[in-house]
Amino acid sequence: MSCLQTIADYGLRSIGIGERLLPREDFTLCQQFTLIGSGMIWNIYFGLLALVFGFMLATAVAMGKNAQSKLIRKPSEWFIFIFRGSPLFIQFFFAYFLFLQLKSVHPFFDPFSAAWLGALIVLFLNTAAYSAEIFYGALQSIPKGEVEAADAYGLSGWPRFKRVVWPTMLRLGWPAYTNEAIFLFHATTLVYFSGFPAWQQRGDALYYANYFADKTFNPFIPYPILAGYFILLTLIIIGIFGLVNRRLNRHLPANTRQKMKLRMNLIR
Amino acid sequence: MFSFCTDPSTLPDWQWMACYLTTGKHMSIYWSVLTVFLLLAITAPTALAFGFAGASAARSRIAPVSWLGRGYIAIVRGVPDIAFFLFFVIALDQAIEYLRHRALCPDWTEPVRQGNDFVVCAAAKMPLGNAPQWIHETYGFGLAVLTFAIVFGAFAANVLFGAMRAVPKAQLETAEAYGMTPRQTFWRVMVPQMWVFALPGLSNLWMVLIKATPLLFLLGVEDIVYWARELGGTKTSRFTEYPHGDWRMWYFLALLIFYLMFTRASEIVLDRLMVRLTRGQATTGGEAQRKAAV
Repeated sequence: MSCLQTIADYGLRSIGIGERLLPREDFTLCQQFTLIGSGMIWNIYFGLLALVFGFMLATAVAMGKNAQSKLIRKPSEWFIFIFRGSPLFIQFFFAYFLFLQLKSVHPFFDPFSAAWLGALIVLFLNTAAYSAEIFYGALQSIPKGEVEAADAYGLSGWPRFKRVVWPTMLRLGWPAYTNEAIFLFHATTLVYFSGFPAWQQRGDALYYANYFADKTFNPFIPYPILAGYFILLTLIIIGIFGLVNRRLNRHLPANTRQKMKLRMNLIR
Repeated sequence: MFSFCTDPSTLPDWQWMACYLTTGKHMSIYWSVLTVFLLLAITAPTALAFGFAGASAARSRIAPVSWLGRGYIAIVRGVPDIAFFLFFVIALDQAIEYLRHRALCPDWTEPVRQGNDFVVCAAAKMPLGNAPQWIHETYGFGLAVLTFAIVFGAFAANVLFGAMRAVPKAQLETAEAYGMTPRQTFWRVMVPQMWVFALPGLSNLWMVLIKATPLLFLLGVEDIVYWARELGGTKTSRFTEYPHGDWRMWYFLALLIFYLMFTRASEIVLDRLMVRLTRGQATTGGEAQRKAAV
């Protein structure tokens, strides 16, 4: 079987298009590359959606933590504490079994126990908590002068937030947020190892890498392939976030700009 | 456990609960909590040692050693950690068996990799096929610890590498001016001073390490995640005296709370340690403490 044929058969296997049975013996390099790459679709799906929705919630929670009123501040602090203080792995398990219980109560919760929705919700809340902490830190370090200048111009409330506070917050928090995005994508590999079933063997990249390693007893091929894909993905994220960073800093002289310094954030 | 536990089906709720939570199987989950602490107690110093070695290697003036150190630090960054966990456990196991195979069975001619199988001679099996169960478990746990140490060692190396560079240059130049050799400068001037700079990164790493302990489950160790799934599953009265529905959700809620309390406690201790370490330091933190005291 030629490699092109393999790509046609397995390229979209992870979303259920193409050959139904996974290869069982005589694994070729091409099959491993294709299937693991096909699994990346799920990693990108989880990462991208969680990032987009998480960004919105994170802004709200960061503002909440920064609020004067205790009624708003306390829930935000607890939200951040709960999702940052416990392992993502346990959160996945807990959410999965919670959704299973709810499912027996009402059929409305049926899709929640599937990975595409249930795991996405957990990742969304998790990344929202981590990003909210980053944005909160950035809010705290907005230079006093900028807010005072906004006041002097007669800006207040929503216009002040939209035109002064928010852009500055993003600018200051962006390098850390880039790290968060990278590690969110890495965290998506946990999904299929934490209770959420891979229905009809439609899994993510690590699921397939693990499948090959189990079948061949040879970890030295599938895992480096997976690593290669993820390094590529990381580089793409750094590239895109770098462009945004440039736009956020476009009004500053080149030597005072926020450098994209990547720090490690590791597993949650 | 308690004397009133002879016939659970007749007990009132709280007594039933007390009996249920002290069955022999529940003792296993409490022991596995100790496993978590044991893992942390062994891994943290080992990872620190790996990290120190990695950071020192990355600073080396001999190019290949420096590349090795930098490569070790860099490679962990782009790849999900869980992939490393899954990879290293098999890879280490196979590497050990392969080396033993070469040493113990030199006249074995067949290749080790036969298609989809990894075959070594019986004497090279690790642990030996006839070894008792506890040796198998300890060996599995040992591999898990080593894997954790390698992965977190790379993170620690990154932190320490940064801390070494944060030590003021003037300090090192002064040491040189006093005629110290590079080795003396490293051990007597840089290493004692780098810890203050390393502490924030290391305490972050400690938190991350705590939160990585449930991944032991993926490495095949019977840890708290394993037991929570086992004990929480639906039990019928045919197999146990304590039948119940699907309680896995509650077990994982308990784990969630356990980890929250653990990370919170660590946070408080580490904050105190930081306050203690910054006392009298020529940093913003130390300066703020001095002003507050006046």
